[in-house]
Amino acid sequence: MSPGTSAGPGAAPTLAALNLSVHYAVGAGRRLHAVDDVSFNIGHGETLGVVGESGSGKSTIARAVLRLGPKAAGSIRFRGRDLLTLEGRELRAMREHLQIIFQDPLASLDPRMSVGEIIEEPLREFRPAEGSASRRAQVLTMMDRVGLLPRHLNRHPHEFSGGQAQRIGIARALMLKPDLLVCDEPISALDASIKSQIANLLKDLQQEFQLSMLFIAHDLASVRFSCDRILVLYLGRIMEIGSRTTLFDAPRHPYTRALLQAVPIADPARARARRAEPLRGEIPSPLTPPSGCVFRTRCPIAIARCTSEIPQLRAVEGSEVACHRA
Amino acid sequence: MTTPPSHVAPLLEIRDLGVTYRGDAGPVDVVDGVSLALAPGEFLGVVGESGSGKTQLLLALLGLNAGATVRGSIRYRGVELIGAKSGPLNRVRGAKIAMIFQDPMTALNPYLTIGTQLTEGVRHHHGLGRGPARRRALELLDAVQITDAARRLEQHPHELSGGMRQRVMIAMALICEPDIVLADEPTTALDVTVQAQILTLLRELRTRTGVAVILVTHDLGVIAEVADRVAVMYAGRLVETADVHTLFARPRHPYTEALRRSIVPLSGPLPARLPTIGGLPPNAASLPPGCAFAPRCAYAHHRCATAPPPLTAVTAGHRKACYFDGILGEGG
Repeated sequence: MSPGTSAGPGAAPTLAALNLSVHYAVGAGRRLHAVDDVSFNIGHGETLGVVGESGSGKSTIARAVLRLGPKAAGSIRFRGRDLLTLEGRELRAMREHLQIIFQDPLASLDPRMSVGEIIEEPLREFRPAEGSASRRAQVLTMMDRVGLLPRHLNRHPHEFSGGQAQRIGIARALMLKPDLLVCDEPISALDASIKSQIANLLKDLQQEFQLSMLFIAHDLASVRFSCDRILVLYLGRIMEIGSRTTLFDAPRHPYTRALLQAVPIADPARARARRAEPLRGEIPSPLTPPSGCVFRTRCPIAIARCTSEIPQLRAVEGSEVACHRA
Repeated sequence: MTTPPSHVAPLLEIRDLGVTYRGDAGPVDVVDGVSLALAPGEFLGVVGESGSGKTQLLLALLGLNAGATVRGSIRYRGVELIGAKSGPLNRVRGAKIAMIFQDPMTALNPYLTIGTQLTEGVRHHHGLGRGPARRRALELLDAVQITDAARRLEQHPHELSGGMRQRVMIAMALICEPDIVLADEPTTALDVTVQAQILTLLRELRTRTGVAVILVTHDLGVIAEVADRVAVMYAGRLVETADVHTLFARPRHPYTEALRRSIVPLSGPLPARLPTIGGLPPNAASLPPGCAFAPRCAYAHHRCATAPPPLTAVTAGHRKACYFDGILGEGG
């Protein structure tokens, strides 16, 4: 059984992670299991959302795919190679096809460089043979595409609002037409009135460039809008993977249900009519994960078996769910 | 809970409040012309984006806008707080009006135990001795549903989880039995399941103790969950205020309406594109002469560029600062 590999659109997946685990040594011979035995595919032109609370391991997955942070176990197939085995020049060359946009756009842009230089940098790095006039033309085309004006070319990042800075980050990430775009909380730091602008822009670009995206977020509403399939993580393990429709309309895992119930409803009548008890407690320390199902200590429907036996992902009515009771 | 009737004397009355900082290119009004009243036991939500002045409004209630000029009037039970001498002001501040900050990790002192920090206020304001103060602290930890309270008193902030720290902050705010609790984005730094716990707790505490709450947030969802009444701020001004049901069902300011429409629903039909608010957020240092929202407003008219629209009554308890008098609808 290959868990979490339900095919997305298109034939061969753009990226296939198999049995991915990331452990940190934390002294005294102890190991922190940040991500444990996680497998997933991202199809061509597909956006896979990864959701979970802080400490769930979602950013660790993004870092493993980008080969940042400690070396992961397992494999990540991408462009015919295993990303986890690449080193040195081969790894650097692969970065041309693998780009990221960050949560805090201003912190991720070099304050000393102009907007034009920032957006042009990937071209200078990976397409040095192209002339500067050609590079500049491509920069201007991309700026126009993401909603920046030609007069922004010589400005510096600090002159821009968060939303505009995120447009700069998106332009830089797309200059090389990457096969995979990793989005790490791309809109969560933005103001409400700007969030929807950037979410729409990312969706348009995703369709236009047929981008495959790994979309990390804690905000379920933005995930519903942006993602085709969603992977729900808890304490480094997959609880559920399913299509957007299945996951939001018929969630199977008690954690997925609890997450959805916890989101504030922007309708006072409905918000007050709902009186489901919020999930108790908080995510346990990954240094001392519960035995069996890692979610069992907060689960409203846990039984004895959940303490002794780790639930494996299995297909349940359109989702893949790791729960003995699903 | 419904909005308390309007004949109840306000606990807090804010009139024409202005907060001005000196900027590089002249004065910057971060709060301008805000008038609001808070009834005893009322849960008021203040919603706005970064730079809307919502946090500066809270700080003004505590006299904490360091380096700013504060104008207008803030009356607590009829006593003017603006310009008050620090003695009387301190008796109100902290004891009668308490604050919960967004990030408990920075608001709590990392070197002091939870017990010391929790009892500091009640020992200072109520003159309680060590023993009674400790008993009161245990009561409060129990009220905010912290288990194993006696052990928690000996712990330091870093030994607690994020949700637990925010509960301690709430206990600290409540320990002197304030009339008003101010909460600045109290759940923004928390995970969504813990946010739901804290919002439930705030709602219950309000019902149980009758404390009035002013909660500031950027999240209309949070407002819908807890507030009786809502004040919407944009560029330092109050643009609309109404009871929570009216505000969501019949918003009359185009900004409120646009914010509400930009929320992605978690169920039901999903739009192919999200409704947006065009343009950029306002810059407090260079606001237009008229309505600050006019450059982004689908209903803007040449009149909007002349002077900021005054806050006018739509119905009793519903006010808006907008020249447009029609019903906001689909065409917006």
